Amino acid sequence: MINRFVLRLFLAAMALFLSAPLVVVAGVSFNEKKSLSFPPEGFSLDWYAQIFTEDSWRQALFNSLGVAIGASSLSVIIAFPLAWFLWRFHAPWARIVQVLGLAPFILPPVITALGFLSFWTTAGAYGQPWTVVISHGIFFVTLPLVTLTLGFEAVDDSLVEAAATMGADDRTILRTIILPLILPYIISGMAFAFVLSLNEYIVAYMAVGFTVETLPIKIFNSLRYGYTPTMASVTVLFVAVAIVVFGLIARFGDLPRLLGAWRHDEDS
Amino acid sequence: MKIKPGKFSDYAAIGFPAGMLTVFFVIPFGIMIAMSFFQRVQGAFYEPAFVFENYARFLSTFFAGILGFSVGLAALVAVVSVLLAFPFTYILTRMARQTQVVWLVFLLSVLSLSEVLIGFGWSTLLSRTAGITNLLVSLGIMDKPMSLSPSFGAVMTGMVYQTFPYTVLVLYPALSRLDPSLVEAARTLGSGPARSFLNVVVPALRNSIVSTLIMVFVFALGCYLLPQLLGKPSHWTLSVLITDQAIYQSNMPFAAAMAVFLVLVSLSLVAISLLYGKKENAG
Repeated sequence: MINRFVLRLFLAAMALFLSAPLVVVAGVSFNEKKSLSFPPEGFSLDWYAQIFTEDSWRQALFNSLGVAIGASSLSVIIAFPLAWFLWRFHAPWARIVQVLGLAPFILPPVITALGFLSFWTTAGAYGQPWTVVISHGIFFVTLPLVTLTLGFEAVDDSLVEAAATMGADDRTILRTIILPLILPYIISGMAFAFVLSLNEYIVAYMAVGFTVETLPIKIFNSLRYGYTPTMASVTVLFVAVAIVVFGLIARFGDLPRLLGAWRHDEDS
Repeated sequence: MKIKPGKFSDYAAIGFPAGMLTVFFVIPFGIMIAMSFFQRVQGAFYEPAFVFENYARFLSTFFAGILGFSVGLAALVAVVSVLLAFPFTYILTRMARQTQVVWLVFLLSVLSLSEVLIGFGWSTLLSRTAGITNLLVSLGIMDKPMSLSPSFGAVMTGMVYQTFPYTVLVLYPALSRLDPSLVEAARTLGSGPARSFLNVVVPALRNSIVSTLIMVFVFALGCYLLPQLLGKPSHWTLSVLITDQAIYQSNMPFAAAMAVFLVLVSLSLVAISLLYGKKENAG
């Protein structure tokens, strides 16, 4: 009985720790005046409206969305043929490419960011808006690569063999059997990359920090001149987007499996 | 059933990802390494050269101080995170699947939060006007609200906040695959839940714990904004300094040399953690 109570208390404490800054930020975002006080004084949704009505915030929002959509698509386009090749063929040297695909995520982000800064300045493209799309596409390639590798592992070999016996070639098998089975993994990999790209700061800052303002860059820049409640409303918006996206993945996919759990009745 | 690639179209499939990763990841990396040997030009940016003076700067006491602080901070953050996350993840993996999913969605949402937003959130929570001290004042514990940031405690709290969900997700596969019969056996033999956790679960996953500690350490070492947003300049870490040198001091060669150094530290640690992970899977 006491044990159960201690467990609950521990979980509640962790939940409080994880949500406390978000709750305060949400509270601040409802302030009526342009002040940073909690509990909020008055109630207003103006700071949410401002994301869309004030030009600089709206521009940053569109920049962020554009980068995230482009980068997440690119990361899937790079990861898909790689994951397919690793699943289809026996070629130990291809592991090197796989490690390259996993590396950006394991190394401290500052390093990848600095690599891009030196690359784009050397290439003479520093500050071009499209460079951040490529940079994020490479930086987040790990996510669809991991989900797609799991997806290919889950494909039932007998289906593929049956199709091959009936005379289907690689291309037909890919289109009619693999793609429908893999689709949830493509979508979840892309969704992970999308949310992380929206939030990413340092790579974007080093690639296009002085020419394109994404929302995290804009918030960081405004932080140096003091607070505006719009930062708080953007934060709430970002948390909401993340919860909706990951909630959808959980609703239509198998989140525990994607994160590496397997059921005990499956593997034995 | 895997076969050996033979046709041109087979190679074309891997050619594109391999090409993209080479051009946009390997080459930038190479340029960065080359740049670490370049010479800085006052007033301009840098010029190609082959000098070791950027690396020689590591030998100063200032740099040694930053390095020592970064390593110590990352190690402390890793230990605190694993101490909190290990029992948490164990409890999590024993919950009903639906409850697990809710927690996982929440943890992923926190994990995906930008460091900018985490820094903003905690500096608000620790501020004088909107912060937690207002709550303590209204409860009568404190006399008047005060600001708790910038401080070392604020940096620690922010970094543990950032690394905790990561730690849980790194531990999650190993703990959810742990054979439940291990604990059942201990319980049948009369061991209480806390004892069987400490005497059975923790030793069984010893290697996972070590490799997680290293992974979280590397993750914390990469934290680039929180020490700047929540701490004083004396709390700056190597990652913050790299950004500062590259962007604000326009000293790319020195930033690159520090980055190369950070890569070497991180890679060797990741290699060690992979070795530990392998051992457990084999045994």
